Amino acid sequence: MSVESSTSAEIPSNKLTGLKIMFNEFKKDKLAIASVIILLIIFISVFAGALILDQEEVVRVDLFSIYSPPTSEHLLGTDYGGRDILGQLIIGAKNSIIIGFVITVITGVFGFAIGLISGYFGGIVDNIIMRIIDFIMILPFLMLVIVFITLIPKFNIVTFIMIMSAFLWVSNARLIRAKTLAEKELDYVSASKMLGASNIRIMYREILPNLTSIIIVNLTLSFAGNIGIESGLSFLGFGLPESTPSLGTLIGYSTNPEVLQGMWWIWLPPSLLILIMMLSINFIGQALKRSGDARQRLG
Amino acid sequence: MWKFVVRRILIMIPQLVVLSILVFILAKVMPGDALSGLVETPGVDSSTIEDMRTTLGINDPVHVQYLNWIKGLSQGDLGTSYIHQRPVLELLEARLWNTVYLSAAILFLTYLIAIPLGITAGRFHDSLIDKLIVGYNYITYATPLFIFALLMLFVFGFQLQWFPTGGSADINLEPGTFSYYMDKIYHLLLPALSGALLATVGTIQYLRNEIIDTKMKDFIKTAKSKGVPEAKIYSHHILRNSFLPIAAFLGYEITGLITGSIFLESIFSYPGIGQLFLQSISQRDFSVVTALVMVTGVATLIGTLLSDIILSLVDPRIRVE
Repeated sequence: MSVESSTSAEIPSNKLTGLKIMFNEFKKDKLAIASVIILLIIFISVFAGALILDQEEVVRVDLFSIYSPPTSEHLLGTDYGGRDILGQLIIGAKNSIIIGFVITVITGVFGFAIGLISGYFGGIVDNIIMRIIDFIMILPFLMLVIVFITLIPKFNIVTFIMIMSAFLWVSNARLIRAKTLAEKELDYVSASKMLGASNIRIMYREILPNLTSIIIVNLTLSFAGNIGIESGLSFLGFGLPESTPSLGTLIGYSTNPEVLQGMWWIWLPPSLLILIMMLSINFIGQALKRSGDARQRLG
Repeated sequence: MWKFVVRRILIMIPQLVVLSILVFILAKVMPGDALSGLVETPGVDSSTIEDMRTTLGINDPVHVQYLNWIKGLSQGDLGTSYIHQRPVLELLEARLWNTVYLSAAILFLTYLIAIPLGITAGRFHDSLIDKLIVGYNYITYATPLFIFALLMLFVFGFQLQWFPTGGSADINLEPGTFSYYMDKIYHLLLPALSGALLATVGTIQYLRNEIIDTKMKDFIKTAKSKGVPEAKIYSHHILRNSFLPIAAFLGYEITGLITGSIFLESIFSYPGIGQLFLQSISQRDFSVVTALVMVTGVATLIGTLLSDIILSLVDPRIRVE
């Protein structure tokens, strides 16, 4: 009796250790902590700023202050339509962050579910899914996304997110499939099967929790990547419409050499903002990766 | 070995078919064709436009159009650009070489930077220089290409004026002369360097991990205890094993190079296929867009095929028996 009760008491704490160790390790990484702080400052100021600002007001054209350099009225100057850069920067950052986040969640949920199914069941299911994934991987992603964006008549944020997600789930699925393949050979899975646990239960309650650290790392890194892809597309002019500014839209004004050469206040702040955000998110992701991997722990 | 190659090629055929169908459907759903712009033009009769459509084959049934298109593709006929009034193939050829030069330059510079850095990081791992290289890797991994390229253009092109800020060669130079080629290389340098500095991540990381793993192995310890000099251990024992897969990864790089060329060519106004793609899509010149998607898709397919085959030569574990 006493043996049983002690083992059952240990289970909940055991369940947490993996993640706990990971976050304890993470706290030791000074660069990662600094990145978290920087990111928090950016996120808070962007979202607080976006609450105060009125998007309509910011994107309104003001012909009397075209290409104004930074003044006390426009802290970061204005663009070719006399629109305030600082306001566009805040709203653009908000849009870029939200879109990056939503794409990450959608591709995560969908990709991980497909990967889990493919790896767990194996056989013909795995074969079919993998052929589809292989095919999507060889497609010229950027070109096709641009083609889709020009094709879709009612192009808005929702369709943009859907187009991006349609391509970006595959790497998540591949990753989780590979890990599931390894995981399902372990004894605890065969033990559960023998005890009569359902496939769904084994997949989602038993295998998936063991992949949590990999999933967290992967989501963090792809969040940064998705912000980059979105702003890259908006930079080329194939992202969001101009009425919903993105950081990429602002940087895109620099395709005009005069702007690039002489009006740094238009394109440099959004470029640096993206750079800092992506570096911070990546540092956090890499630190999480290290702390999730026993061989690379700082000790 | 041959089994693997045959199987791999067999996998490619359905991929090719699905790709062609997808690209064809895309071309068909593009709103309007190049002639619909003429409908409102005064002086152009609507029946004239209908005639032109029939001659261009736009009014044929869909499956006939698809088969005609495939037939044309296999003979190297990529269609006619409606905007430029020239065969797409001709249009592509001139631009394609520029992109090939750019990609080759990027690859060359990538290996030129990545291989020494990777070897140094692996050989002296955990030293200060290793940490610097790993730091460089973290930064370049996180930096988006278009922002980096813009900053490079701004600093080295406009501020310091060390490099030209656009084009692929000076128009005043006679094509074929020595100074023309030198000028081409000069125009290539800045975009290629921007691409290469960010592309080193994979190779550096791979080499570093390989070397750290290999130098712990028994055969290296044996060689060391026999008294083989350190430099020789690296050149003869460790690197020999690590280099082959790097060469094999080349084929996988194609997708990245094409994506990169779209950004780099648009930023440095370099006349390659990336720039052609963006121009054609904004002009709705869909025969060019279709051809470009198809060509890059096929290039990626062949690249992956070659890489898979080379890797299977190098690493017998991948082969199926």
